[in-house]
Amino acid sequence: MSKKTIITTQNLTRTFGTFTAVDAISFEVYEGEIFGFLGANGAGKTTAMKMLSGLLSPSSGEATVVGCDVYKQAEAIKRQIGYMSQRFSLYEDLTVDENIQLFGSIYGVKKKELADKTEILLDQLEFKDQRKTLVGALPLGWKQKLSFSVAMIHEPRLVFLDEPTGGVDPITRRQFWEMIYAASAKGATIFVTTHYMDEAEYCNRVSIMVDGKIAALDTPKNLKKQFDASDMNDVFLKLASTSKIRAI
Amino acid sequence: MPDASKIMISIQQVGKTYNKGKVQALSNINLEVATGELFGLIGPDGAGKTTLFRILATLLQPDSGTATVNGNDVVRDYKAIRSTIGYMPGKFSLYQDLTILENLEFYAAVFGTTIAENYEQIKPIYSQIEPFKHRRAGQLSGGMKQKLALSCALVHKPELLLLDEPTTGVDPVSRQEFWEMLQLLKESGLTIVVSTPYMDEARLCDRIALIQKGNILSINTPQGITDSYAENLYAVRSDEMYRLINDLRTLTGVSTCYAFGEYAHVAEHTAIGLKKEDIQAFLLKKEHKNIEINRTPATIEDCFIALMKE
Repeated sequence: MSKKTIITTQNLTRTFGTFTAVDAISFEVYEGEIFGFLGANGAGKTTAMKMLSGLLSPSSGEATVVGCDVYKQAEAIKRQIGYMSQRFSLYEDLTVDENIQLFGSIYGVKKKELADKTEILLDQLEFKDQRKTLVGALPLGWKQKLSFSVAMIHEPRLVFLDEPTGGVDPITRRQFWEMIYAASAKGATIFVTTHYMDEAEYCNRVSIMVDGKIAALDTPKNLKKQFDASDMNDVFLKLASTSKIRAI
Repeated sequence: MPDASKIMISIQQVGKTYNKGKVQALSNINLEVATGELFGLIGPDGAGKTTLFRILATLLQPDSGTATVNGNDVVRDYKAIRSTIGYMPGKFSLYQDLTILENLEFYAAVFGTTIAENYEQIKPIYSQIEPFKHRRAGQLSGGMKQKLALSCALVHKPELLLLDEPTTGVDPVSRQEFWEMLQLLKESGLTIVVSTPYMDEARLCDRIALIQKGNILSINTPQGITDSYAENLYAVRSDEMYRLINDLRTLTGVSTCYAFGEYAHVAEHTAIGLKKEDIQAFLLKKEHKNIEINRTPATIEDCFIALMKE
């Protein structure tokens, strides 16, 4: 049985003036997998992620995301995916409840369904007592968990998570990954970036970008074997040191 | 405890609240840092690290308690302190429209000195970005910005360097480079206090304080902290990590179970005396495949988790 793909790219490229941020990347992401998208600062991760989520038009190459073409169907992509940015993106001046209602409505979740989902979500997060709390008053780890739940409120088949756990305490960071596992077990595809290399181990497959290109892509186990490395941190250091741009 | 004659920072019973007392940022902090030490404040967002730095940098006054830097009180003698410290805030705060050289000249001028006068001090770091000195700060890569910010914090030859989360959001390669720079600076005799949410960086410090929600959980050498971990710890692996973690949490005797890279770390109540064979039998019954179980030494992150639970 062949695996179903949810993202397919062919020579996907984006230039800014004379600078090539993403340089002809070709890869596939399979439905239901947790895909780790790694790379040094400035390697091109965010640019690639913006193209795949319909926020930025490519300069050349092809890409299909959730069955839609990134050039012609960017709006359809945006409706069908979830996106959690590296900078916290809920409204700090709205309560937990209000944020859920707002984002649920934006994504077109029906009123009755949204009410039910809100209860389930607050229950899972153990947030019932916090529903009237302003989001700005929550600790970072709580915000990130809420942010993820909100990104999943319309049950997207694919969700992009851009450094979701930066600065979060060690227990909450792991609880966050358990939420990712749970979403993945229900069939959602997770596309995630991180600078914590232990988290790279939790992914089914990992790609590592260097200077706009995908320098390696495989399961964590195979990558460690390929680069004769003890852990993913070691793999990352070995690959990133091949960068020509970061020579200084 | 450091030798009293060589104390750079002394913090006694320092407390700080925000929002008219509603937010307790720091509660009764006691801490001493010796001259020449590389001291780490290790804790997540919201722990109080920035508040502590701002008090030491005399930008914020404590509600209670006292703090001194090189014998000077942070409230009374703030002027004396300001000329002897270098402070690098968490947010990049240089002038984006000025060049590398202009930024550095500006900071030198503010402190009444020149680049030439203190060139030796900044050389190990500045020489790496000097070839690009006419480039604007806003156009620099993350790693270069960091080197510039560090050069600016050093240009007046401070005795104490305060670095607030210099590596947050920075990739592993740049983080490694940054810590190598800190080692160079330490060798020159500088006292350095650095904060980080990355627990793996703790082992690069002489001593560390684990800090959470305004409280210090523990102060010791990194080795001292991991040595004092009280429970038995196993690293366990099977083909299904998520199910493995959930199953292990139901096993009697397991106090915590969390993912640590490719393994799950299982902390075990020493009172119960769970053995490797018991875990093996339990997982076989749950039909896990390719099981691997080993005793493992605690990392700083294991210790942090254990202290958070107390």
